[in-house]
Amino acid sequence: MLKAAVTPPYEWRELIRQLDEVGSKSFPLVALAGAAIGVVISLEARYSLSRFGAKSMFPATLVYSVIQVMGPVITGLIVCGRVGAGIGAELASMKVTEQIDAIEASAINPYRLLAATRILACILMLPLLTLAADACGLLTGWFAQTLVEPLSFHQFIQAGFHGATFNAFLPPTFKTAVYGLIIGLIACFQGMRTRGGAEGVGRAATNSVVLGSLFLILADVVLVKFILVFFP
Amino acid sequence: MAAAYDIAIKDSEPEQDARASVVAIEDLHKTFGSHKVLNGISLSVNQGETLAVLGRSGTGKSVLLRLIIGLETPDSGSIRIHNQEIVGLPLDRMGAIRKKMGFLFQHAALYDSLTVAENVAFPFVHHRKDMSGSERGERVRQLLLEVGMEDSLGKMPSDISGGMQKRVGLARALALEPEILLLDEPTAGLDPISSGEIDDLILKLQREHRMASIVVTHDLHSARTISNRLALLDQGNVVIEGKFEDLQQSEIGFVMQFLKQS
Repeated sequence: MLKAAVTPPYEWRELIRQLDEVGSKSFPLVALAGAAIGVVISLEARYSLSRFGAKSMFPATLVYSVIQVMGPVITGLIVCGRVGAGIGAELASMKVTEQIDAIEASAINPYRLLAATRILACILMLPLLTLAADACGLLTGWFAQTLVEPLSFHQFIQAGFHGATFNAFLPPTFKTAVYGLIIGLIACFQGMRTRGGAEGVGRAATNSVVLGSLFLILADVVLVKFILVFFP
Repeated sequence: MAAAYDIAIKDSEPEQDARASVVAIEDLHKTFGSHKVLNGISLSVNQGETLAVLGRSGTGKSVLLRLIIGLETPDSGSIRIHNQEIVGLPLDRMGAIRKKMGFLFQHAALYDSLTVAENVAFPFVHHRKDMSGSERGERVRQLLLEVGMEDSLGKMPSDISGGMQKRVGLARALALEPEILLLDEPTAGLDPISSGEIDDLILKLQREHRMASIVVTHDLHSARTISNRLALLDQGNVVIEGKFEDLQQSEIGFVMQFLKQS
């Protein structure tokens, strides 16, 4: 499959379709999740920081929590649920109805057409979706704080990003490309290896989400350590 | 049993010259787990000829087609297409062979996210990049007209019946003007009238395109209608091969039983 992904002919049309499917159609859900996370962190952080007399740390706490931790993980899990299940079920359904065999019988590489395009779409779209989730999280987090203690957005951003470097925010965002690889690989593998009719399709969808989520969280452990070592 | 089968084949048409055949299968073996599906099958098909492969369910008929198109790999034996051995052929070279073949799957295997027209256009999109959009559209319309589905261009596969899906599947199989047509149970699951329509369509297409065809079916009436020769499989072996009259005159128990029950 790796060879199929990197050797021509390239399936540009299918890739663009998948970019839309993974990216544009996941955006509302990811944005909503990010917004909710922003409010939750805002409420929890304000309470905790007030107890320790550190309310001035609120903007930085929110910014670092959303961008470094919650934004990437929540985006990954949301996309794993929506896209992973969708890819797993779609490819499984194609497998049990011989559509994948029909593609292969038509002298077209099914791994190049179906799997490589979906995996690449996940890799490319996850960082962008993470940025969207982060933006929504910061916006709603600021808004929730402003309702209690008025703080201009400009002041919030200045305080939140004070002293920050690109190393603090870019690696956590782009590690989601690895999430995309995990989500796409597992979903495509589960789908294209399906057997057993409708039951198999259901199993493929479930396994895509469960295994994708599990490996995503495990990968996060490794990636966080990697980032701390190489981007201190 | 084996001796009786040898007699049946000797008394039928003279053995086909494999070197002149478009498709030549020799001593093909295939096992799934402990289940021996094909036990040394040898068959051949010439240009313009239709061979019907009959047998009970589960006797490896569909597996035979999947081996010819390369979706399965035989345990041993030879499959030659235009005298080119395809067993063990690398994927890129197998692709060139597959472009010469059209395959109609048992349930048509239409791509359910594409319309009828897009399904038929699928081979053109991937293999005929020299075609303009209008040329492709025109060719799709011609193919759907040939199979009587010209009014269904914009419909989804789920919007049409099983018989209509098979017609569209046929149109897709013919898109690249194949030299060899493989048909897996073309009338399975269809009512007698629809089966007859599919048979008539296959006959018409064979007359017009002069392809070598292999039809896998358990429908004796359909096989008799559309084929020049018939081969009856049982327990992984060819029990008898020849014209329908040869089957009728056979004294092999299985053949007589098969004809009686059909």
